Amino acid sequence: MSEKKLTKGDIFNMFIRSNFLLASFNFERMQSMGFCVTMIPAIKRLYQGDERKQALKRHLEFFNTQPFISAPIMGITAAMEEQRANGAPIDDASISGVKVGLMGPLAGVGDPIFWGTIRPVTAALGASLAVGGSILGPILFFVLFNIFRLATKWYGLQYGYTTGTNIVSDMSGNRLQKLTEGASILGLFVMGSLVSKWTSMNVPLVVSTVTGSDGKTVITTVQTILDQLMPGLLPLALTFICMYLLKKKVNAIVIIFGLFAVGIIGYALGVLA
Amino acid sequence: MSEIQMILLILVACIAGLESVVDEGQGHRPLIACTLVGLVLGDLKTGVILGGTLELMALGWMNVGASMAPDSALASVIAAILVIVGKQSIGAGIAVAIPIAAAGQVLTIFVRSATTFFQHLADKYAEKGSFRGIEMCHFLAWTLQALRVAIPTALVAAVAGTDTVNIMLASIPDVITRGLQIAGGFIVVVGYAMVINMMEAKYLMPFFFLGFVIAAFTNLNLVAFGIVGVVLAVIYIQLNPKYNKSTVAFDELDEL
Repeated sequence: MSEKKLTKGDIFNMFIRSNFLLASFNFERMQSMGFCVTMIPAIKRLYQGDERKQALKRHLEFFNTQPFISAPIMGITAAMEEQRANGAPIDDASISGVKVGLMGPLAGVGDPIFWGTIRPVTAALGASLAVGGSILGPILFFVLFNIFRLATKWYGLQYGYTTGTNIVSDMSGNRLQKLTEGASILGLFVMGSLVSKWTSMNVPLVVSTVTGSDGKTVITTVQTILDQLMPGLLPLALTFICMYLLKKKVNAIVIIFGLFAVGIIGYALGVLA
Repeated sequence: MSEIQMILLILVACIAGLESVVDEGQGHRPLIACTLVGLVLGDLKTGVILGGTLELMALGWMNVGASMAPDSALASVIAAILVIVGKQSIGAGIAVAIPIAAAGQVLTIFVRSATTFFQHLADKYAEKGSFRGIEMCHFLAWTLQALRVAIPTALVAAVAGTDTVNIMLASIPDVITRGLQIAGGFIVVVGYAMVINMMEAKYLMPFFFLGFVIAAFTNLNLVAFGIVGVVLAVIYIQLNPKYNKSTVAFDELDEL
């Protein structure tokens, strides 16, 4: 019996399919159908008959991770299935074990990198151009974000497939922990700068109006005092209030409506402008 | 609005709906969705400006794990149609976008629950070893997400720009639209809070404060912040004793 091997075409097919991982996201098994559909080119190549049915069932199990960082997991799973089809003693439990064992830690890396850093940064960059009416804004966001995304998916899949189960030893030496920690540092640092720069809050309440000896009138508002202390103090305080409320399981949309009420009442009372 | 525009609008709504669940190409983000609506309706500039404004409010909105963010897809498409067709202000766009984002969130949660039906159907196809069947379940579930944005969009597009709608929008008092616009300047903190909570790393908060202070007193742009952030992360990891245990052990051996 000749050795079963996935072709370059199979891997490419998997890459294309991985772009629809969340298409059938549901609250029962989340990305399970998307994972199975991505694995189909490999299953088609490697298995026949009953083994095929079992492989399909195996990959309809619960799965959920950050969608871009799922690519290396798909690669490793494909490599394991290939070895198994060629008679290696790999059972269902070890394939599921690798999938489940990796999806949590990798989501821990993917979430801060993509949702916590790359998307807010590229979106803020694009949006700051767009509010001036420049079409470059949306184009820049779309192109930049998708370069990061597709590169991660493409190289992640190749890496997972070629490294296979060796990835487990690759990950010793704290590599994954380093990546997670590094991504979180970058994300938090950028969030800090966004709180200060990409929010606007102005309290125009006049504290004092002083006419100097040169006849110039100096108006001091609450905002000028706050800005002298530290620009962006109010948004900072608000951020911490929101963090607290979110941790208390208050729905984000409720907080957003609350802040809108603050804006409207603040404007009506002349406290905010 | 011509028939072709109507068809293209529904197409844009479908794209936004499809993207809202897979979260890949970002066609559901206000910056892209509003721009596409502007392109279809022949007022690209307004679409881009509204998209930028809404995007700056929604930075950090994300679906992580099983938790759902407010829905930017439906909100962006409908707000852009009402603003462009009805010649409304950006402020009025913000005013309608947020309630619609809440409604969209309810709709997507409904679809994500209903999709469980396809999950069980896929199990049956797996028993038969049918690739086609599983693929069909997967992509049929996806079309529901397109429809949940396309249908409300078609309804709004049909009435947008009519006197009744414009009178309704015009009847929103100034204090509300102006107040909403002011709130639009700081609503984004909710998204920031979502991101910070997601990181769940209290001991790394000094980096957050460092970013805040540097931004407050310098004129660095975002690209610079990105680079400084990467540098800080690299230095932190290189110097962290947690990752340097083996080298320390080697040094001690050398001394022996």
